Amino acid sequence: MLLQDRVCLITGANRGIGQATAQRFVDEGALVYANARRAGSLDALVEKNKEGQIIPLYFDVTNTQTLKAAFLRIRKEQGRLDVLVNNAGIMKDALIGMISSELVREVFRINVFATLEALQFAAGIMRRQKSGSIINFSSIVGVEGSVGQSVYAASKGAVIALTRSTAKELAPQGIRVNAVAPGFIDTALFHSIGEMRVASVSKDVGMGRLGTPEDVAGVCAFLASDLAGYVTGQIIGIDGSARL
Amino acid sequence: MTNREKYNQAFIETLEITADQLGDDLTYQSIEAWDSVGHMQLVSALEDAFDIMMDTDDIIDLSSYPLGIEILKKYDVEFS
Repeated sequence: MLLQDRVCLITGANRGIGQATAQRFVDEGALVYANARRAGSLDALVEKNKEGQIIPLYFDVTNTQTLKAAFLRIRKEQGRLDVLVNNAGIMKDALIGMISSELVREVFRINVFATLEALQFAAGIMRRQKSGSIINFSSIVGVEGSVGQSVYAASKGAVIALTRSTAKELAPQGIRVNAVAPGFIDTALFHSIGEMRVASVSKDVGMGRLGTPEDVAGVCAFLASDLAGYVTGQIIGIDGSARL
Repeated sequence: MTNREKYNQAFIETLEITADQLGDDLTYQSIEAWDSVGHMQLVSALEDAFDIMMDTDDIIDLSSYPLGIEILKKYDVEFS
């Protein structure tokens, strides 16, 4: 198994890509601390993995103190952290002229600031063990841009810059930092753009289908594993040759 | 081992200095070993010694040997 006995933290693990990644990691032998904001929303995942491979952690990633408490708990309970998957994020759209400051703050608070904060806490633990893999979530929108998604695109572009810089800084300490850039993945988040638009953009996927959460989870498992032991600072597109 | 001894040991082992170098004059970048890399190693050593996780602001503010003691008091570490 790719991730035997690895200690992992996955944020936003109660649905979609986060949930699929948590399950894939467990299937690969990992112990997963799964985060979600809403109490009880990880019950199904915990129930499915009855041997305790999923440890639910309910907290808001934008709250520094609760985020820190989660890392402190992992350090106390396991003494190490091998993988951080910074999956929690939001997508909010607004056309130019209708972008409020509050919208910008909300999107960046979760997609960028919380990602950076979690990365810092994780690096603090991983430094001691001189190893670790951090996987951030960008998006095809952050790479190519998209109409009506300037703020979301900027936040996901920031994740790319963050990933490349932190990868350089942490490489000497044996910590790898990569990002995935999913395309059109069949999740509730994607469908939130509206079914008409879903149908429209789905036609622009070269491989002729939407991606699945499991498609993304597989790449995360690879990046978390020793198979990617010499891979850092990379932005891996998972988009079936989609074009925006 | 007292908390003072633990604190001193973290500095001595991380920065590879002797006990007589500990004091008010020991500040960030005052010696070669206390550079940015040494700083993060020192933070890790203090976190391990006192079983805490420091806030980012405190990591930034930890700029001298005496200031470190004041910062650790915020984490209920008592110095006699």
